[in-house]
Amino acid sequence: MSERLTKSAARNIFYGGTAFFVILFIALSIHTHFYIVNTSTDESTLTESVARGKHVWERNACINCHSLLGEGAYFAPELGNVWVRYGGRDHPEGARMGLKAWMRAQPTRVPGRRQMPQFNLSEQELDDLIDFFEWTSRINTQGWPPNTAG
Amino acid sequence: MKYATQKLAYPYFIAALSLFLVQVLAGVLAGSIYAIPNFLSESLPFHIIRMIHTNALLVWLLLGYFGAAYFLIPEESERDIHSPRVAWLQLFIFVFAALSAVVSYLSGIHEGREFLEQPLWIKVLLVIAFLLFLYNVSMTVLKGRKTVVTTILLLGMWGAALLFLFAFYNPSNLALDKMYWWYVVHVWVEGVWELIMASMLAFLLIKMTGVDREVIEKWLYVVVGLALFSGLLGTGHHYYWIGTPGYWQWIGSLFSVLEVMPFFAMVLWCFHMVYRSGRNHPNKAAMLWSLGCPVMAFFGAGIWGLLHSFSPVNFYSHGTQITAAHGHMAFYGAYVMLNLAFFTYALPQLRNVQPYNQILNMWSFWVMTAAMAFMTFTLTFAGVLQTHLQRVVGMGFMEIQQQLGLFYWMRLLAGAVFLVGALVYLYAALGPASKQVSPSATLQPAIK
Repeated sequence: MSERLTKSAARNIFYGGTAFFVILFIALSIHTHFYIVNTSTDESTLTESVARGKHVWERNACINCHSLLGEGAYFAPELGNVWVRYGGRDHPEGARMGLKAWMRAQPTRVPGRRQMPQFNLSEQELDDLIDFFEWTSRINTQGWPPNTAG
Repeated sequence: MKYATQKLAYPYFIAALSLFLVQVLAGVLAGSIYAIPNFLSESLPFHIIRMIHTNALLVWLLLGYFGAAYFLIPEESERDIHSPRVAWLQLFIFVFAALSAVVSYLSGIHEGREFLEQPLWIKVLLVIAFLLFLYNVSMTVLKGRKTVVTTILLLGMWGAALLFLFAFYNPSNLALDKMYWWYVVHVWVEGVWELIMASMLAFLLIKMTGVDREVIEKWLYVVVGLALFSGLLGTGHHYYWIGTPGYWQWIGSLFSVLEVMPFFAMVLWCFHMVYRSGRNHPNKAAMLWSLGCPVMAFFGAGIWGLLHSFSPVNFYSHGTQITAAHGHMAFYGAYVMLNLAFFTYALPQLRNVQPYNQILNMWSFWVMTAAMAFMTFTLTFAGVLQTHLQRVVGMGFMEIQQQLGLFYWMRLLAGAVFLVGALVYLYAALGPASKQVSPSATLQPAIK
Protein backbone atom coordinates (compact mmCIF):
# COMPACT_ATOMS: atom_id res chain seq x y z
CA MET A 1 0.00 0.00 0.00
CA SER A 2 1.68 3.15 -1.15
CA GLU A 3 1.66 6.47 0.62
CA ARG A 4 -0.67 7.92 -1.99
CA LEU A 5 -3.77 6.51 -0.31
CA THR A 6 -4.31 8.13 3.06
CA LYS A 7 -6.34 6.51 5.82
CA SER A 8 -9.09 9.11 5.64
CA ALA A 9 -9.32 8.67 1.88
CA ALA A 10 -9.63 4.89 2.39
CA ARG A 11 -12.38 5.52 4.95
CA ASN A 12 -14.30 7.85 2.64
CA ILE A 13 -14.07 5.40 -0.25
CA PHE A 14 -15.34 2.61 2.01
CA TYR A 15 -18.38 4.51 3.32
CA GLY A 16 -19.20 6.22 0.03
CA GLY A 17 -18.80 3.05 -2.02
CA THR A 18 -20.79 0.97 0.44
CA ALA A 19 -23.66 3.47 0.40
CA PHE A 20 -23.63 3.41 -3.41
CA PHE A 21 -23.73 -0.38 -3.65
CA VAL A 22 -26.35 -0.75 -0.92
CA ILE A 23 -28.66 1.64 -2.77
CA LEU A 24 -28.01 -0.09 -6.10
CA PHE A 25 -28.67 -3.50 -4.55
CA ILE A 26 -31.92 -2.34 -2.98
CA ALA A 27 -33.07 -0.78 -6.26
CA LEU A 28 -32.37 -3.98 -8.18
CA SER A 29 -34.04 -6.01 -5.41
CA ILE A 30 -37.23 -3.97 -5.74
CA HIS A 31 -37.28 -4.51 -9.48
CA THR A 32 -36.61 -8.23 -8.99
CA HIS A 33 -39.40 -8.49 -6.42
CA PHE A 34 -41.94 -7.13 -8.90
CA TYR A 35 -40.50 -9.21 -11.74
CA ILE A 36 -41.07 -12.36 -9.64
CA VAL A 37 -44.60 -11.39 -8.64
CA ASN A 38 -45.70 -10.23 -12.09
CA THR A 39 -43.64 -12.08 -14.65
CA SER A 40 -41.66 -15.16 -13.66
CA THR A 41 -44.17 -16.84 -11.36
CA ASP A 42 -47.89 -17.36 -11.75
CA GLU A 43 -49.39 -15.70 -8.68
CA SER A 44 -52.93 -16.31 -9.95
CA THR A 45 -52.51 -20.07 -9.52
CA LEU A 46 -50.70 -19.78 -6.17
CA THR A 47 -53.66 -21.38 -4.40
CA GLU A 48 -54.21 -22.28 -0.78
CA SER A 49 -53.13 -25.83 -1.50
CA VAL A 50 -49.85 -24.70 -3.09
CA ALA A 51 -49.13 -22.62 0.01
CA ARG A 52 -50.03 -25.55 2.28
CA GLY A 53 -47.85 -27.82 0.14
CA LYS A 54 -44.90 -25.47 0.70
CA HIS A 55 -45.43 -25.92 4.43
CA VAL A 56 -45.51 -29.69 4.05
CA TRP A 57 -42.20 -29.35 2.22
CA GLU A 58 -40.79 -27.23 5.05
CA ARG A 59 -42.21 -29.14 8.01
CA ASN A 60 -40.46 -32.29 6.82
CA ALA A 61 -37.15 -30.52 6.00
CA CYS A 62 -37.13 -32.04 2.51
CA ILE A 63 -34.46 -29.46 1.57
CA ASN A 64 -31.92 -31.20 3.81
CA CYS A 65 -31.70 -34.13 1.38
CA HIS A 66 -33.21 -32.87 -1.88
CA SER A 67 -32.53 -29.71 -3.82
CA LEU A 68 -35.21 -27.35 -5.13
CA LEU A 69 -34.18 -25.19 -8.09
CA GLY A 70 -30.64 -26.37 -7.37
CA GLU A 71 -30.54 -25.25 -3.74
CA GLY A 72 -30.52 -27.57 -0.76
CA ALA A 73 -28.57 -30.67 0.14
CA TYR A 74 -27.24 -32.63 -2.80
CA PHE A 75 -28.02 -36.02 -1.28
CA ALA A 76 -31.26 -36.72 -3.15
CA PRO A 77 -32.71 -35.73 -6.55
CA GLU A 78 -33.67 -32.22 -7.67
CA LEU A 79 -37.41 -31.70 -7.23
CA GLY A 80 -37.96 -28.32 -8.92
CA ASN A 81 -38.75 -30.24 -12.08
CA VAL A 82 -39.97 -33.52 -10.56
CA TRP A 83 -43.43 -32.80 -11.96
CA VAL A 84 -41.99 -32.59 -15.47
CA ARG A 85 -39.79 -35.66 -14.91
CA TYR A 86 -42.87 -37.68 -13.94
CA GLY A 87 -44.60 -36.54 -17.14
CA GLY A 88 -47.01 -34.22 -15.32
CA ARG A 89 -47.26 -31.79 -18.22
CA ASP A 90 -48.85 -34.37 -20.49
CA HIS A 91 -50.42 -36.75 -17.98
CA PRO A 92 -51.12 -34.89 -14.73
CA GLU A 93 -53.16 -37.69 -13.18
CA GLY A 94 -50.52 -40.32 -13.90
CA ALA A 95 -47.77 -38.12 -12.46
CA ARG A 96 -49.80 -37.45 -9.32
CA MET A 97 -50.44 -41.16 -8.78
CA GLY A 98 -46.81 -42.01 -9.47
CA LEU A 99 -45.47 -39.45 -6.98
CA LYS A 100 -47.90 -40.55 -4.26
CA ALA A 101 -47.06 -44.21 -4.78
CA TRP A 102 -43.35 -43.42 -4.60
CA MET A 103 -43.59 -41.50 -1.33
CA ARG A 104 -45.82 -44.15 0.22
CA ALA A 105 -43.37 -46.91 -0.71
CA GLN A 106 -40.49 -45.39 1.27
CA PRO A 107 -38.16 -46.53 2.66
CA THR A 108 -37.25 -49.03 -0.04
CA ARG A 109 -34.69 -50.76 2.20
CA VAL A 110 -32.73 -51.72 -0.91
CA PRO A 111 -29.16 -52.46 0.27
CA GLY A 112 -26.55 -49.95 -0.91
CA ARG A 113 -29.15 -47.40 -1.97
CA ARG A 114 -29.85 -44.11 -0.20
CA GLN A 115 -33.02 -44.32 1.83
CA MET A 116 -35.86 -41.82 2.05
CA PRO A 117 -37.73 -41.97 5.36
CA GLN A 118 -41.48 -42.65 5.58
CA PHE A 119 -43.08 -39.31 6.46
CA ASN A 120 -46.63 -40.69 6.82
CA LEU A 121 -48.23 -37.85 4.88
CA SER A 122 -52.01 -37.79 4.69
CA GLU A 123 -53.85 -37.85 1.35
CA GLN A 124 -54.46 -34.12 1.70
CA GLU A 125 -50.79 -33.40 2.48
CA LEU A 126 -49.65 -35.47 -0.48
CA ASP A 127 -52.01 -33.58 -2.79
CA ASP A 128 -50.87 -30.22 -1.43
CA LEU A 129 -47.21 -31.13 -1.79
CA ILE A 130 -47.73 -32.26 -5.36
CA ASP A 131 -49.63 -29.03 -6.14
CA PHE A 132 -46.58 -27.17 -4.81
CA PHE A 133 -44.27 -29.18 -7.10
CA GLU A 134 -46.57 -28.54 -10.05
CA TRP A 135 -46.61 -24.77 -9.36
CA THR A 136 -42.83 -24.71 -8.85
CA SER A 137 -42.23 -26.45 -12.18
CA ARG A 138 -43.86 -23.46 -13.92
CA ILE A 139 -41.49 -20.82 -12.48
CA ASN A 140 -39.50 -19.19 -15.28
CA THR A 141 -35.97 -20.27 -14.35
CA GLN A 142 -34.16 -18.93 -17.44
CA GLY A 143 -34.11 -22.43 -18.93
CA TRP A 144 -32.53 -24.24 -15.98
CA PRO A 145 -32.04 -27.20 -15.50
CA PRO A 146 -30.43 -28.24 -18.79
CA ASN A 147 -32.47 -31.47 -19.00
CA THR A 148 -35.17 -33.34 -17.11
CA ALA A 149 -32.59 -35.26 -15.03
CA GLY A 150 -32.58 -32.05 -12.92
CA MET B 1 -4.69 -9.18 29.09
CA LYS B 2 -5.26 -5.81 30.70
CA TYR B 3 -8.95 -5.78 31.57
CA ALA B 4 -10.78 -8.14 33.89
CA THR B 5 -13.89 -8.37 31.69
CA GLN B 6 -11.85 -9.81 28.84
CA LYS B 7 -12.26 -13.07 30.79
CA LEU B 8 -15.84 -13.15 29.48
CA ALA B 9 -14.40 -14.51 26.25
CA TYR B 10 -13.33 -17.75 27.96
CA PRO B 11 -16.76 -19.36 28.47
CA TYR B 12 -17.75 -18.25 24.95
CA PHE B 13 -14.71 -19.99 23.48
CA ILE B 14 -15.39 -23.17 25.45
CA ALA B 15 -19.01 -23.21 24.26
CA ALA B 16 -17.87 -22.55 20.71
CA LEU B 17 -15.31 -25.34 20.75
CA SER B 18 -17.84 -27.81 22.21
CA LEU B 19 -20.23 -27.09 19.37
CA PHE B 20 -17.33 -27.32 16.91
CA LEU B 21 -16.89 -30.90 18.07
CA VAL B 22 -20.62 -31.56 17.67
CA GLN B 23 -20.44 -30.14 14.16
CA VAL B 24 -17.49 -32.29 13.11
CA LEU B 25 -19.02 -35.43 14.63
CA ALA B 26 -22.27 -34.80 12.75
CA GLY B 27 -20.20 -34.24 9.62
CA VAL B 28 -18.44 -37.58 9.99
CA LEU B 29 -21.81 -39.29 10.50
CA ALA B 30 -23.25 -37.62 7.40
CA GLY B 31 -20.14 -38.58 5.45
CA SER B 32 -20.59 -42.19 6.62
CA ILE B 33 -24.13 -42.25 5.25
CA TYR B 34 -22.81 -41.07 1.87
CA ALA B 35 -20.45 -44.07 1.87
CA ILE B 36 -22.80 -46.60 3.52
CA PRO B 37 -26.30 -45.50 2.45
CA ASN B 38 -28.32 -47.81 4.71
CA PHE B 39 -26.42 -46.72 7.84
CA LEU B 40 -28.78 -45.12 10.42
CA SER B 41 -31.38 -44.66 7.68
CA GLU B 42 -34.33 -45.34 9.96
CA SER B 43 -33.06 -44.32 13.40
CA LEU B 44 -31.34 -41.04 12.55
CA PRO B 45 -31.98 -40.06 8.93
CA PHE B 46 -29.57 -37.95 6.89
CA HIS B 47 -31.63 -34.75 6.91
CA ILE B 48 -31.57 -34.53 10.72
CA ILE B 49 -27.80 -35.05 10.88
CA ARG B 50 -27.24 -32.44 8.19
CA MET B 51 -29.30 -29.87 10.08
CA ILE B 52 -27.17 -30.45 13.17
CA HIS B 53 -23.98 -30.25 11.06
CA THR B 54 -24.82 -26.90 9.47
CA ASN B 55 -26.60 -25.28 12.42
CA ALA B 56 -23.85 -26.20 14.90
CA LEU B 57 -21.34 -24.62 12.52
CA LEU B 58 -23.21 -21.32 12.32
CA VAL B 59 -23.84 -21.14 16.04
CA TRP B 60 -20.30 -21.94 17.11
CA LEU B 61 -18.85 -19.44 14.65
CA LEU B 62 -21.15 -16.77 16.10
CA LEU B 63 -20.16 -17.75 19.65
CA GLY B 64 -16.55 -17.37 18.54
CA TYR B 65 -17.22 -13.86 17.20
CA PHE B 66 -19.03 -12.87 20.39
CA GLY B 67 -16.16 -14.14 22.51
CA ALA B 68 -13.61 -12.43 20.28
CA ALA B 69 -15.55 -9.17 20.58
CA TYR B 70 -15.57 -9.41 24.38
CA PHE B 71 -11.83 -10.08 24.29
CA LEU B 72 -10.73 -7.39 21.87
CA ILE B 73 -13.14 -4.54 22.60
CA PRO B 74 -11.78 -3.75 26.10
CA GLU B 75 -8.25 -3.51 24.70
CA GLU B 76 -9.37 -1.39 21.78
CA SER B 77 -11.78 0.83 23.71
CA GLU B 78 -9.48 0.95 26.75
CA ARG B 79 -12.25 0.19 29.20
CA ASP B 80 -14.09 -2.80 30.66
CA ILE B 81 -17.18 -4.33 29.03
CA HIS B 82 -20.31 -2.37 29.92
CA SER B 83 -22.09 -5.21 31.74
CA PRO B 84 -20.59 -8.62 32.45
CA ARG B 85 -24.00 -9.82 33.68
CA VAL B 86 -25.61 -9.07 30.33
CA ALA B 87 -22.77 -10.95 28.65
CA TRP B 88 -23.42 -14.02 30.83
CA LEU B 89 -27.16 -13.79 30.23
CA GLN B 90 -26.52 -13.57 26.49
CA LEU B 91 -24.30 -16.64 26.59
CA PHE B 92 -26.88 -18.58 28.58
CA ILE B 93 -29.71 -17.72 26.18
CA PHE B 94 -27.61 -18.44 23.10
CA VAL B 95 -26.36 -21.82 24.30
CA PHE B 96 -29.81 -22.77 25.56
CA ALA B 97 -31.26 -21.90 22.14
CA ALA B 98 -28.57 -23.93 20.37
CA LEU B 99 -29.07 -27.01 22.55
CA SER B 100 -32.85 -26.69 22.24
CA ALA B 101 -32.46 -26.66 18.47
CA VAL B 102 -30.46 -29.88 18.54
CA VAL B 103 -33.01 -31.61 20.79
CA SER B 104 -35.80 -30.25 18.62
CA TYR B 105 -34.23 -31.58 15.41
CA LEU B 106 -33.62 -34.99 16.99
CA SER B 107 -37.34 -35.16 17.80
CA GLY B 108 -38.26 -34.10 14.27
CA ILE B 109 -39.52 -30.60 15.09
CA HIS B 110 -38.12 -27.93 12.82
CA GLU B 111 -38.95 -25.35 10.22
CA GLY B 112 -37.86 -26.14 6.72
CA ARG B 113 -35.81 -23.48 5.03
CA GLU B 114 -32.19 -24.51 4.69
CA PHE B 115 -30.01 -23.26 7.61
CA LEU B 116 -33.03 -21.45 9.08
CA GLU B 117 -34.64 -24.62 10.42
CA GLN B 118 -34.83 -23.39 14.03
CA PRO B 119 -38.41 -23.31 15.35
CA LEU B 120 -39.79 -19.77 15.62
CA TRP B 121 -39.33 -19.46 19.39
CA ILE B 122 -35.66 -20.42 19.05
CA LYS B 123 -35.19 -17.80 16.33
CA VAL B 124 -36.70 -15.24 18.72
CA LEU B 125 -34.28 -16.31 21.48
CA LEU B 126 -31.36 -15.94 19.07
CA VAL B 127 -32.47 -12.41 18.23
CA ILE B 128 -32.82 -11.54 21.92
CA ALA B 129 -29.31 -12.83 22.64
CA PHE B 130 -27.97 -10.91 19.65
CA LEU B 131 -29.64 -7.70 20.87
CA LEU B 132 -28.16 -8.14 24.36
CA PHE B 133 -24.76 -8.52 22.73
CA LEU B 134 -25.17 -5.45 20.53
CA TYR B 135 -26.34 -3.36 23.48
CA ASN B 136 -23.43 -4.49 25.62
CA VAL B 137 -20.63 -3.96 23.11
CA SER B 138 -22.09 -0.79 21.60
CA MET B 139 -22.26 0.83 25.04
CA THR B 140 -18.66 -0.15 25.69
CA VAL B 141 -17.43 1.18 22.37
CA LEU B 142 -19.41 4.43 22.60
CA LYS B 143 -17.98 5.26 25.99
CA GLY B 144 -14.40 4.30 25.13
CA ARG B 145 -11.68 5.01 22.61
CA LYS B 146 -12.93 4.73 19.02
CA THR B 147 -10.82 2.63 16.70
CA VAL B 148 -11.42 1.43 13.16
CA VAL B 149 -11.23 -2.18 14.38
CA THR B 150 -14.21 -1.77 16.73
CA THR B 151 -16.18 0.35 14.25
CA ILE B 152 -15.90 -2.25 11.50
CA LEU B 153 -16.56 -5.10 13.93
CA LEU B 154 -19.75 -3.42 15.18
CA LEU B 155 -20.82 -2.62 11.63
CA GLY B 156 -20.48 -6.30 10.78
CA MET B 157 -22.34 -7.43 13.90
CA TRP B 158 -25.19 -4.94 13.49
CA GLY B 159 -25.45 -5.88 9.82
CA ALA B 160 -25.62 -9.58 10.65
CA ALA B 161 -28.37 -8.99 13.21
CA LEU B 162 -30.47 -6.80 10.91
CA LEU B 163 -30.17 -9.20 7.99
CA PHE B 164 -31.22 -12.13 10.21
CA LEU B 165 -34.63 -10.44 10.45
CA PHE B 166 -35.30 -11.68 6.90
CA ALA B 167 -35.37 -15.16 8.46
CA PHE B 168 -38.81 -14.21 9.79
CA TYR B 169 -40.19 -13.43 6.34
CA ASN B 170 -41.36 -16.54 4.55
CA PRO B 171 -43.67 -15.75 1.62
CA SER B 172 -45.73 -18.51 -0.04
CA ASN B 173 -44.21 -17.60 -3.39
CA LEU B 174 -41.16 -19.87 -3.57
CA ALA B 175 -39.15 -17.55 -5.83
CA LEU B 176 -39.67 -14.61 -3.46
CA ASP B 177 -38.82 -16.84 -0.50
CA LYS B 178 -35.53 -17.81 -2.15
CA MET B 179 -34.68 -14.24 -3.11
CA TYR B 180 -34.94 -12.96 0.46
CA TRP B 181 -33.45 -16.14 1.96
CA TRP B 182 -30.19 -15.18 0.25
CA TYR B 183 -30.30 -11.83 2.05
CA VAL B 184 -29.50 -13.79 5.18
CA VAL B 185 -27.29 -16.49 3.73
CA HIS B 186 -25.20 -14.73 1.09
CA VAL B 187 -25.02 -11.26 2.58
CA TRP B 188 -23.90 -12.84 5.85
CA VAL B 189 -21.03 -14.97 4.60
CA GLU B 190 -19.98 -12.88 1.60
CA GLY B 191 -20.79 -9.51 3.14
CA VAL B 192 -21.04 -8.59 6.78
CA TRP B 193 -19.14 -11.62 8.09
CA GLU B 194 -16.16 -10.47 6.03
CA LEU B 195 -16.26 -7.25 8.07
CA ILE B 196 -16.09 -9.29 11.27
CA MET B 197 -13.31 -11.42 9.78
CA ALA B 198 -11.21 -8.46 8.63
CA SER B 199 -11.53 -6.63 11.94
CA MET B 200 -10.56 -9.72 13.96
CA LEU B 201 -7.55 -10.24 11.66
CA ALA B 202 -6.65 -6.56 12.03
CA PHE B 203 -6.62 -6.92 15.81
CA LEU B 204 -4.43 -10.03 15.63
CA LEU B 205 -2.03 -8.25 13.25
CA ILE B 206 -1.81 -5.17 15.46
CA LYS B 207 -1.04 -7.32 18.49
CA MET B 208 1.30 -9.83 16.94
CA THR B 209 3.26 -7.87 14.35
CA GLY B 210 3.53 -4.58 16.19
CA VAL B 211 3.13 -2.73 12.87
CA ASP B 212 1.75 0.80 13.22
CA ARG B 213 -2.02 0.77 13.79
CA GLU B 214 -2.49 3.53 11.18
CA VAL B 215 -1.09 1.28 8.45
CA ILE B 216 -3.13 -1.75 9.47
CA GLU B 217 -6.34 0.23 9.75
CA LYS B 218 -5.88 1.78 6.33
CA TRP B 219 -5.64 -1.72 4.89
CA LEU B 220 -8.69 -2.71 6.91
CA TYR B 221 -10.78 -0.06 5.13
CA VAL B 222 -9.51 -1.24 1.77
CA VAL B 223 -10.30 -4.91 2.52
CA VAL B 224 -13.83 -4.33 3.84
CA GLY B 225 -14.49 -1.88 1.01
CA LEU B 226 -13.57 -4.53 -1.54
CA ALA B 227 -15.70 -7.05 0.37
CA LEU B 228 -18.88 -4.99 0.27
CA PHE B 229 -18.42 -3.46 -3.18
CA SER B 230 -18.09 -6.95 -4.67
CA GLY B 231 -20.19 -8.96 -2.23
CA LEU B 232 -23.49 -7.07 -2.32
CA LEU B 233 -24.06 -7.33 -6.06
CA GLY B 234 -22.23 -10.67 -5.96
CA THR B 235 -25.51 -11.95 -4.52
CA GLY B 236 -26.41 -12.03 -8.21
CA HIS B 237 -24.65 -15.37 -8.64
CA HIS B 238 -27.47 -16.92 -6.61
CA TYR B 239 -30.12 -15.19 -8.71
CA TYR B 240 -29.48 -17.06 -11.96
CA TRP B 241 -32.08 -19.83 -11.95
CA ILE B 242 -34.64 -19.21 -9.21
CA GLY B 243 -37.17 -17.09 -11.07
CA THR B 244 -35.18 -13.84 -10.98
CA PRO B 245 -34.52 -11.62 -14.04
CA GLY B 246 -31.90 -12.56 -16.65
CA TYR B 247 -29.77 -9.46 -16.03
CA TRP B 248 -28.50 -11.09 -12.83
CA GLN B 249 -26.46 -13.44 -15.01
CA TRP B 250 -24.37 -10.48 -16.14
CA ILE B 251 -24.20 -8.77 -12.76
CA GLY B 252 -23.54 -12.00 -10.88
CA SER B 253 -20.79 -13.14 -13.24
CA LEU B 254 -19.00 -9.77 -13.16
CA PHE B 255 -19.14 -9.27 -9.40
CA SER B 256 -18.21 -12.89 -8.68
CA VAL B 257 -14.83 -12.19 -10.29
CA LEU B 258 -14.47 -9.12 -8.09
CA GLU B 259 -15.37 -11.16 -4.99
CA VAL B 260 -11.93 -12.79 -5.17
CA MET B 261 -10.31 -9.41 -4.53
CA PRO B 262 -11.05 -8.92 -0.83
CA PHE B 263 -9.64 -12.38 -0.09
CA PHE B 264 -6.56 -11.73 -2.18
CA ALA B 265 -6.13 -8.39 -0.43
CA MET B 266 -6.34 -10.17 2.94
CA VAL B 267 -3.52 -12.53 1.93
CA LEU B 268 -1.32 -9.61 0.84
CA TRP B 269 -2.22 -7.64 3.95
CA CYS B 270 -1.40 -10.38 6.47
CA PHE B 271 1.83 -11.51 4.82
CA HIS B 272 2.98 -7.94 4.18
CA MET B 273 2.40 -6.93 7.79
CA VAL B 274 4.19 -9.99 9.18
CA TYR B 275 7.07 -9.47 6.76
CA ARG B 276 7.29 -5.82 7.66
CA SER B 277 7.28 -6.37 11.40
CA GLY B 278 10.39 -8.50 11.56
CA ARG B 279 9.35 -9.31 15.10
CA ASN B 280 8.98 -12.83 16.43
CA HIS B 281 5.83 -13.12 18.44
CA PRO B 282 6.14 -15.95 20.97
CA ASN B 283 2.74 -17.41 20.03
CA LYS B 284 3.87 -19.01 16.79
CA ALA B 285 0.78 -21.20 16.53
CA ALA B 286 -1.49 -18.15 16.52
CA MET B 287 0.70 -16.62 13.82
CA LEU B 288 0.41 -19.78 11.72
CA TRP B 289 -3.38 -19.77 11.94
CA SER B 290 -3.56 -16.04 11.21
CA LEU B 291 -1.57 -16.50 8.02
CA GLY B 292 -3.28 -19.76 7.05
CA CYS B 293 -6.74 -18.29 7.40
CA PRO B 294 -6.57 -15.73 4.56
CA VAL B 295 -4.73 -18.20 2.32
CA MET B 296 -7.33 -20.94 2.70
CA ALA B 297 -10.13 -18.37 2.48
CA PHE B 298 -8.63 -17.15 -0.78
CA PHE B 299 -8.65 -20.68 -2.20
CA GLY B 300 -11.91 -21.91 -0.68
CA ALA B 301 -14.09 -18.83 -0.93
CA GLY B 302 -12.22 -17.03 -3.72
CA ILE B 303 -10.97 -19.59 -6.22
CA TRP B 304 -13.46 -22.40 -5.54
CA GLY B 305 -16.24 -19.84 -5.63
CA LEU B 306 -15.08 -18.36 -8.91
CA LEU B 307 -14.78 -21.87 -10.35
CA HIS B 308 -18.54 -22.21 -10.69
CA SER B 309 -19.99 -18.73 -10.40
CA PHE B 310 -19.89 -17.66 -14.07
CA SER B 311 -23.47 -18.08 -15.19
CA PRO B 312 -22.69 -20.25 -18.28
CA VAL B 313 -20.67 -22.60 -16.04
CA ASN B 314 -23.17 -22.49 -13.21
CA PHE B 315 -25.93 -23.46 -15.65
CA TYR B 316 -24.31 -26.92 -15.65
CA SER B 317 -22.72 -27.10 -12.20
CA HIS B 318 -25.53 -25.57 -10.10
CA GLY B 319 -26.62 -27.82 -7.24
CA THR B 320 -23.98 -30.52 -7.64
CA GLN B 321 -21.16 -31.74 -5.39
CA ILE B 322 -19.08 -28.82 -6.72
CA THR B 323 -21.14 -26.55 -4.50
CA ALA B 324 -20.49 -28.86 -1.56
CA ALA B 325 -16.74 -28.75 -2.27
CA HIS B 326 -16.74 -24.95 -2.32
CA GLY B 327 -18.89 -24.71 0.80
CA HIS B 328 -16.58 -26.87 2.87
CA MET B 329 -13.30 -25.16 2.07
CA ALA B 330 -14.80 -21.67 2.11
CA PHE B 331 -16.28 -22.04 5.58
CA TYR B 332 -13.19 -23.75 6.90
CA GLY B 333 -10.72 -21.28 5.40
CA ALA B 334 -12.55 -18.09 6.12
CA TYR B 335 -14.46 -18.54 9.33
CA VAL B 336 -13.35 -21.72 11.09
CA MET B 337 -9.67 -20.87 10.78
CA LEU B 338 -10.37 -17.28 11.78
CA ASN B 339 -11.92 -18.41 15.04
CA LEU B 340 -9.26 -21.05 15.68
CA ALA B 341 -6.62 -18.36 15.09
CA PHE B 342 -8.26 -16.05 17.57
CA PHE B 343 -8.71 -18.79 20.18
CA THR B 344 -5.07 -19.80 19.77
CA TYR B 345 -4.03 -16.22 20.36
CA ALA B 346 -6.37 -15.47 23.27
CA LEU B 347 -6.68 -18.73 25.23
CA PRO B 348 -3.16 -18.71 26.72
CA GLN B 349 -3.87 -15.23 28.08
CA LEU B 350 -7.33 -16.19 29.32
CA ARG B 351 -5.89 -19.24 31.07
CA ASN B 352 -2.97 -17.20 32.28
CA VAL B 353 -0.27 -19.47 30.92
CA GLN B 354 2.51 -19.03 28.40
CA PRO B 355 1.74 -20.10 24.84
CA TYR B 356 1.58 -23.81 25.42
CA ASN B 357 1.31 -27.01 23.44
CA GLN B 358 2.30 -25.02 20.38
CA ILE B 359 3.72 -28.00 18.57
CA LEU B 360 0.49 -29.95 19.00
CA ASN B 361 -1.56 -26.93 17.99
CA MET B 362 0.48 -26.50 14.82
CA TRP B 363 0.13 -30.21 14.07
CA SER B 364 -3.62 -29.82 14.32
CA PHE B 365 -3.39 -26.91 11.86
CA TRP B 366 -1.69 -29.04 9.23
CA VAL B 367 -3.86 -32.12 9.83
CA MET B 368 -7.14 -30.23 9.62
CA THR B 369 -6.06 -28.08 6.71
CA ALA B 370 -4.72 -31.02 4.71
CA ALA B 371 -7.84 -33.08 5.45
CA MET B 372 -10.12 -30.25 4.37
CA ALA B 373 -8.10 -29.70 1.20
CA PHE B 374 -8.33 -33.41 0.37
CA MET B 375 -12.07 -33.44 1.08
CA THR B 376 -12.50 -30.46 -1.22
CA PHE B 377 -10.56 -32.16 -4.01
CA THR B 378 -12.56 -35.40 -3.79
CA LEU B 379 -15.86 -33.51 -3.80
CA THR B 380 -14.68 -31.38 -6.72
CA PHE B 381 -13.86 -34.46 -8.78
CA ALA B 382 -17.17 -36.05 -7.78
CA GLY B 383 -18.92 -32.83 -8.78
CA VAL B 384 -17.26 -32.58 -12.17
CA LEU B 385 -18.21 -36.17 -12.96
CA GLN B 386 -21.74 -35.60 -11.71
CA THR B 387 -22.08 -32.41 -13.76
CA HIS B 388 -21.09 -34.23 -16.92
CA LEU B 389 -23.25 -37.31 -16.38
CA GLN B 390 -26.30 -35.45 -15.12
CA ARG B 391 -26.32 -32.15 -16.96
CA VAL B 392 -24.66 -33.09 -20.23
CA VAL B 393 -25.46 -36.79 -20.69
CA GLY B 394 -28.78 -36.60 -18.81
CA MET B 395 -28.36 -39.71 -16.65
CA GLY B 396 -30.61 -40.06 -13.58
CA PHE B 397 -29.43 -38.66 -10.24
CA MET B 398 -29.49 -41.90 -8.22
CA GLU B 399 -27.71 -43.88 -10.92
CA ILE B 400 -24.91 -41.31 -11.00
CA GLN B 401 -24.53 -41.31 -7.23
CA GLN B 402 -23.80 -45.05 -7.35
CA GLN B 403 -20.86 -44.21 -9.62
CA LEU B 404 -19.42 -41.73 -7.15
CA GLY B 405 -18.94 -44.18 -4.27
CA LEU B 406 -15.15 -44.11 -4.37
CA PHE B 407 -15.11 -40.33 -3.96
CA TYR B 408 -17.49 -40.53 -1.03
CA TRP B 409 -15.27 -43.10 0.69
CA MET B 410 -12.27 -40.81 0.24
CA ARG B 411 -14.32 -37.90 1.59
CA LEU B 412 -15.23 -39.97 4.64
CA LEU B 413 -11.54 -40.74 5.17
CA ALA B 414 -10.74 -37.03 4.97
CA GLY B 415 -13.52 -36.33 7.45
CA ALA B 416 -12.17 -38.89 9.92
CA VAL B 417 -8.70 -37.36 9.67
CA PHE B 418 -10.23 -33.92 10.19
CA LEU B 419 -11.90 -35.21 13.36
CA VAL B 420 -8.50 -36.36 14.65
CA GLY B 421 -7.08 -32.91 13.88
CA ALA B 422 -9.97 -31.24 15.69
CA LEU B 423 -9.43 -33.42 18.78
CA VAL B 424 -5.73 -32.57 18.77
CA TYR B 425 -6.62 -28.88 18.58
CA LEU B 426 -9.06 -29.19 21.49
CA TYR B 427 -6.42 -30.92 23.58
CA ALA B 428 -3.78 -28.36 22.68
CA ALA B 429 -6.11 -25.44 23.41
CA LEU B 430 -7.94 -26.63 26.51
CA GLY B 431 -5.97 -29.59 27.84
CA PRO B 432 -3.38 -29.54 30.61
CA ALA B 433 -0.80 -26.83 30.08
CA SER B 434 2.00 -28.40 32.02
CA LYS B 435 4.80 -28.61 29.54
CA GLN B 436 6.16 -25.77 27.54
CA VAL B 437 8.09 -26.65 24.41
CA SER B 438 9.64 -23.87 22.43
CA PRO B 439 8.96 -24.42 18.75
CA SER B 440 12.21 -22.82 17.69
CA ALA B 441 14.25 -24.72 20.28
CA THR B 442 16.94 -22.08 20.15
CA LEU B 443 16.89 -21.02 23.74
CA GLN B 444 20.04 -19.13 24.52
CA PRO B 445 21.38 -18.27 27.92
CA ALA B 446 20.57 -14.76 28.92
CA ILE B 447 23.45 -12.38 28.59
CA LYS B 448 23.68 -9.73 31.20
